[in-house]
Amino acid sequence: MNLSRRELLTAFLGAPLASVACRSSAARQFPEGEIVGQSATIGHVLRENRTFEVPPDNWDSRKVVIVGAGIAGLSAAWKLKREGVNDFAVVELEKEAGGTSSSGRGEPVGYPWAAHYLPVPFQENGELVTLLEEMNLTEGRGSEGQVLVKEQYLCRDPEERVFYKGRWYDGLYLHVGESQEDIRQLAEFQNHIEKWVNWRDESGKRAFVVPSANCSTDVEATSLDKISFAEWLSQNGLNSERLIWYCDYACRDDYGLKLEQTSAWAGLFYFCSRVQKSGDESQPFITFPEGNGRFVNHFLSRVGEHVRRSWMAVSLVPTEKGVEIICLNNGALRGIRAERVIFASPIFTAPYLIRGFRDDAPFAATEFHHNAWFVANMFLKDRPKQRFPKDFPMAWDNVLYESPSLGYVTATHQKGIDYGPTILTYYYPMCHEEGGRTKLFNYEWRDLADVCLTDMARAHPDIYDLTTRIDIMRWGHAMISPRPNFIHSGIREKAMKPYRNIHFAHTDLSGIALFEEAFYHGLRAAGEVI
Amino acid sequence: MKSTPLLFLNVIIIATCGLIYELLAATVSSYVLGDSVTQFSLIIGVYLSAMGVGSYLSRYIDKNVAEKFIDIELAVAIIGGFSAPLLFLTFAYVTYFSIILYTMVFIIGMLVGLEIPLLMRILKDELDFKELVSRVLALDYIGALVASLLFPIFLVPKLGLNRTSLLFGMLNAAVGVWATWLLEPLIGKRRITFLRVAGFAVIVLLAIAFIKADSLTTLAEDGLFPDNIVYAKSSPYQRIVVTKGKTGHALYLNGNLQFHSFDEYRYHEALVHPAFAAYDGDPKRILVLGGGDGLALREVLKYPSVESVDLVDLDPMMTGLSKDFPALGELNKHAFEDPRVKVANGDAFVWLDNNEIPPFDLAIVDFPDPNNYALGKLYTTRFYNLLKQKLKPESAVVIQTTSPLIAPKSFWSVMKTLEATGFSVKPYQTTVPSFGIWGFALARLQPFDEPQKPRPGVDLKFLNDQTFASMFEFPNDTAKPKEELEVNRLDNQSLVRYYETEWRRVEQ
Repeated sequence: MNLSRRELLTAFLGAPLASVACRSSAARQFPEGEIVGQSATIGHVLRENRTFEVPPDNWDSRKVVIVGAGIAGLSAAWKLKREGVNDFAVVELEKEAGGTSSSGRGEPVGYPWAAHYLPVPFQENGELVTLLEEMNLTEGRGSEGQVLVKEQYLCRDPEERVFYKGRWYDGLYLHVGESQEDIRQLAEFQNHIEKWVNWRDESGKRAFVVPSANCSTDVEATSLDKISFAEWLSQNGLNSERLIWYCDYACRDDYGLKLEQTSAWAGLFYFCSRVQKSGDESQPFITFPEGNGRFVNHFLSRVGEHVRRSWMAVSLVPTEKGVEIICLNNGALRGIRAERVIFASPIFTAPYLIRGFRDDAPFAATEFHHNAWFVANMFLKDRPKQRFPKDFPMAWDNVLYESPSLGYVTATHQKGIDYGPTILTYYYPMCHEEGGRTKLFNYEWRDLADVCLTDMARAHPDIYDLTTRIDIMRWGHAMISPRPNFIHSGIREKAMKPYRNIHFAHTDLSGIALFEEAFYHGLRAAGEVI
Repeated sequence: MKSTPLLFLNVIIIATCGLIYELLAATVSSYVLGDSVTQFSLIIGVYLSAMGVGSYLSRYIDKNVAEKFIDIELAVAIIGGFSAPLLFLTFAYVTYFSIILYTMVFIIGMLVGLEIPLLMRILKDELDFKELVSRVLALDYIGALVASLLFPIFLVPKLGLNRTSLLFGMLNAAVGVWATWLLEPLIGKRRITFLRVAGFAVIVLLAIAFIKADSLTTLAEDGLFPDNIVYAKSSPYQRIVVTKGKTGHALYLNGNLQFHSFDEYRYHEALVHPAFAAYDGDPKRILVLGGGDGLALREVLKYPSVESVDLVDLDPMMTGLSKDFPALGELNKHAFEDPRVKVANGDAFVWLDNNEIPPFDLAIVDFPDPNNYALGKLYTTRFYNLLKQKLKPESAVVIQTTSPLIAPKSFWSVMKTLEATGFSVKPYQTTVPSFGIWGFALARLQPFDEPQKPRPGVDLKFLNDQTFASMFEFPNDTAKPKEELEVNRLDNQSLVRYYETEWRRVEQ
């Protein structure tokens, strides 16, 4: 084994696994595949800061232009359409719409490229409930008015399993071998969660609720944003290894950050915002084989004809009457004159895109940090063999306790397809913002596929024989990072204000990357421009 | 030759071995092909005639008679010794089975037929012809008696067919090796070393196979099943094992008994006929989910009104076996050859979700018990909703729902799940000795009364007018538990957990 492979595996998976993997040098068959989507080079054109001359014939005009066809942009478009506004266009730099909710079509089912579930919203989240009803996902209301989602869209049991020291166990929290102290600490942690679920401020607002715009701004809650989740746990005397792992996993899963990088407010938001009331379980998940691609496709069914794919906005020029949007489309420069723009791109791109933004910046866009991820879709000709009779069987979410990855999701699970070919979606967050991004883009497809297979092989030694193809997507700016002192620093409120007819709408504005937050901001911005 | 008496002992062993191979072939073929009278008769006929051929051919052996005798011993040891394992293995490819079976029987018979004439010629200088014939033939027939007593009393029950076969192969080889000493003066020096080495090699080979049992089944698996394994193969979905014992054949999937031919009619009559009785009018389109053994199918096909049956079973190996394995084909009355039957191999959950097909009059749901999540999904409200879409308002459904005695929560949770899906449900139970008390759900989309009798004119072995209605009565120990049970949904799979806990109590 050459040294560079050892370095690669050490960098991604840690030295112990790397040395084991490099020792077994038996020539293994390696599946085919490629890096797909998310072309970093396109996006980086923006950094060149050129002036763009659009030929006079290449102009048209719209009342509203939405920049970015991720969930925020598509939600805004959906709202405009519902409100009877038809004079709008959505420009998207990628060949496909969807952003971090994009998905692939495959056999026997589709598969996600990133976001892959939505917790059932509380009935108070009326517009999101309307979306679910429009998609025919619901079947009425429960006795207390709660939203009832059709069984086939609720995550099928078993939901999660965790692989630890050679065996698979039920659930995400590792119960096997726990000590009395572990049990006590878990119970105490749950008491804290309970407390925050029941907590209300003077005006009756919850501390943590989706959308986060409805969270209390009482300092008792918001002061949690000043410390990291790791500090919060330690201040509360919680140091059980498996509890720490559980919370760290939650941070990596929802934010792509480690425990010590995540704001305690964001950490508790994860655990508290989806619990209706004390004693309730967390809201069930709505999921589809293709993940949140289902929502993207629904939006497209309503507003698809307004979406211009491979239209990369390169410059937004605020004018007296509105905004001129200059786009690069298949090598040609095209312009749209609009009264209003909904800026549904990651917020950090604002200074690159909006002419003059840097000169009188209303907020520091550089404060909006994003982390990098890679996602691998592995196409399997058959299921991995169960190694021990008592191993917990394949679940929807399959987590490797000893791995820095998030494990994998099984695309066929929700459809009840339990035999034969399947697609596993493997998630790996690079928990070091700038450093992680550089690391990610320094490696080629084969390197990342090697990381993925080596990691998976600890639980499934037969993965090399079963995998026929691995496609990989590198997300340079996948999710906004809710580090301490970001969410409640006041910067988001500034960024939510329009800048010269440009209205910002992105999940970044919540400081946490969630479908519901993107949807909320898309609808909010659409409301502002109507 | 001083050792003559010892050679006579060889005669007994040879004779015993010869008959054992014959009995093995006949037993294996009757296990596998069914109809034991025909099988025994054919095997005995082929075997004896082959012995005749062998005896006749002995005239062409002129020189080195002693060496040839040992050669033959070793050949019989190998072919006879491996006969049972080889037959079981070849059975996986049913079409060639008969050819291989009779060829093997013929070869063994011929070799055994050579043994006695050659031995008599070796001994002819030692004794009067009169003495020789009387002693050799007497011992030959005594050997046959020993074999015929040992085989059913000791060998089959204690060793099983495979290891009996291998053991007698070793005995045969031992006779050959022993003869290299007894007949030493008659054999060339160099030749004798070769024969001894070859003889020991054969013994070692058979001994290894004996210890490892065979590749067909593991020793552990042999121990798991009360009867002899006559078919064992793993499909991508499950381990399929068919056993044969005194009372008939049994089918096991992943080690769980699916039916025993001794009493399966009780189960399958109870499963199928109440649905027909509950339906008003003549059911024409029938859906069978699971039931790859074809036994529910057999009951369904008893009704002349039935025009078509769609059977959906996960495993093509299972439905293929039920069609091609003669003993199973006989048991299901060759249901899979009926032109009204259409088989689809797939997961019923996926099949129901995908297929645009006209609704059915009756649905017979005969899945294995919900002992894992892949099976548990077939008992959820989601599944029953999918099923509902394939029914008419007047349709009737029947579902096997595990034992209400051993797993009352599981049983009644299925009833509750069906009700939650909008079915009107009549639970019922009966006794199937191989399983115990077994439960079913009869369900319709509109309220209905329990049927009182089976439909007239159907040939039934178990159900009758007097006892039919009593299946719908539940004794106290199988009655609905007082505690509130959960509805089994795709997103909670509570049934798998009930089932696990309840069956674990009895499986210790």
